[in-house]
Amino acid sequence: MRFSFLNVARQALAGNSGWPEQWRSAEPKAAYDAIIIGAGGHGLATAYYLAKEHGLTNIAVLEKGWLGGGNTGRNTTIIRSNYLWEESEAIYEHAVKLWEGLSRELNYNVMYSARGVMMLAHNQHDVHSLKRHIHANRLAGIDNEWLTPAEANAFCQILETSEAIRYPIVGAALQRRGGTARHDAVAWGYARGASARGVDIIQNCEVTAIRRDAGGAVSGVETTRGAIATKKIGVVAAGHTSVVMAMADVRMPLESYPLQALVSEPVKPLMPCVVMSNTIHAYMSQSDKGELVIGAGTDSYTSYSQTGGLHIATHTLEAICELFPMVRRLRMLRNWGGIVDVTPDRSPIIGRTPVAGLFVNCGWGTGGFKATPGSGHVFAHTLATGEPHPIAAPFSLDRFRTGRLIDEAAAAAVAH
Amino acid sequence: MLLIRCPYCDMARPELEFRYGGQAHVARPADPATLDDAAWGEFLYVRSNPRGVAAERWRHAAGCGRFFNCLRDTVSDRILATYPAGAPAPDPAAPASGSGR
Repeated sequence: MRFSFLNVARQALAGNSGWPEQWRSAEPKAAYDAIIIGAGGHGLATAYYLAKEHGLTNIAVLEKGWLGGGNTGRNTTIIRSNYLWEESEAIYEHAVKLWEGLSRELNYNVMYSARGVMMLAHNQHDVHSLKRHIHANRLAGIDNEWLTPAEANAFCQILETSEAIRYPIVGAALQRRGGTARHDAVAWGYARGASARGVDIIQNCEVTAIRRDAGGAVSGVETTRGAIATKKIGVVAAGHTSVVMAMADVRMPLESYPLQALVSEPVKPLMPCVVMSNTIHAYMSQSDKGELVIGAGTDSYTSYSQTGGLHIATHTLEAICELFPMVRRLRMLRNWGGIVDVTPDRSPIIGRTPVAGLFVNCGWGTGGFKATPGSGHVFAHTLATGEPHPIAAPFSLDRFRTGRLIDEAAAAAVAH
Repeated sequence: MLLIRCPYCDMARPELEFRYGGQAHVARPADPATLDDAAWGEFLYVRSNPRGVAAERWRHAAGCGRFFNCLRDTVSDRILATYPAGAPAPDPAAPASGSGR
């Protein structure tokens, strides 16, 4: 059933008892044309665009836990495209353009809110780095502008822009089209759209092995719910990509780190935008529920524990209290960790692997949510045609052999 | 926060005193000029990233300043052993020589 004014009114009169399930809970079939491992935002978006744009509907999305229960449900929902290199600008801007029409496309309110992402400069190096980004973005047709401290304060009035703090703010870069979206709704919306087009979404189904034929090509998977035959697999397993790829004897240039986030008790609207400071490592926005959503950094060591050290979150809160003095007495309601797969150049890997029929979409590191629609869109093209989408082509696994890295790590000098 | 025993100082100290150094026992190829691009890329970028026992380097930055190696379970974050750089990795099933959480 579509969401429309008429249907909402009709259901309201009927006590909201007639809404159907948003997606089918499917049983695994014996064989599929393609299998996607991982029902997070990226995996579900891939399935949706495979079905919609490439007519591939005999496909399954396998999820070891529950839909959207990994990093999709654990991130701080920031969307922006103000990256430095042309390859990154292309893919993240592709995603932002899809975000802008996504609720209408999916007939599902993903609550995309272009409320502006403001990145703070605290020293001369920050000013150089952010202005370099601004100029690079403007050349690529991506909005990004420089603000003085007074303008930054006018845009976000709870921001402390006086000289009184330890690292005073000397300016800011603002991408007005950046913002946030509702993370769960993105997964649910794509799941609903994919399921309606015939895609099987199978939860509680962990892949335990990848089968290969005599020629070494993919021939299927073994799961906790039985074996499934397929000639095409797309691995979209985020922090667990190394583990899944090892089942096909492919070693990856990835390391998995815990990344933490936390939310405060809900309060009335006090913050109209997203503020990020890479230098003192803090970023914050306010959800529509009123909670302040705060992102911390990664732990220093690799881990699959989905928890991080308390000193990492403490470090971020110290910075938050400096930048936003009025939130100092707020209590934190919850904190949690997700496992992010980080590449040496902090750019994703999208494309073919040395194993025939095996494709991978991973390495989104600490900033994958913003790319969800674009990532799914270009990966669906890659899976359907066997050839990389032009936007995805530079993000090949092979770049770690050729040396053509897309070094957003050096560009930003921090996790992002 | 991890509690890590430095095998040189022979003391269990908080993680803040240490710097993480990535996967241990990655030997630099003896003659890099003879490697092809794939093998050199493998050395530079590819990591085991295991879910389970990992051998990793740490440096006691705020202590003796020396590198050492550590076996840690990446699911529980429990440290199984620490041992000097250059020594072979101990058997993770053997009794722990490095205490810590």
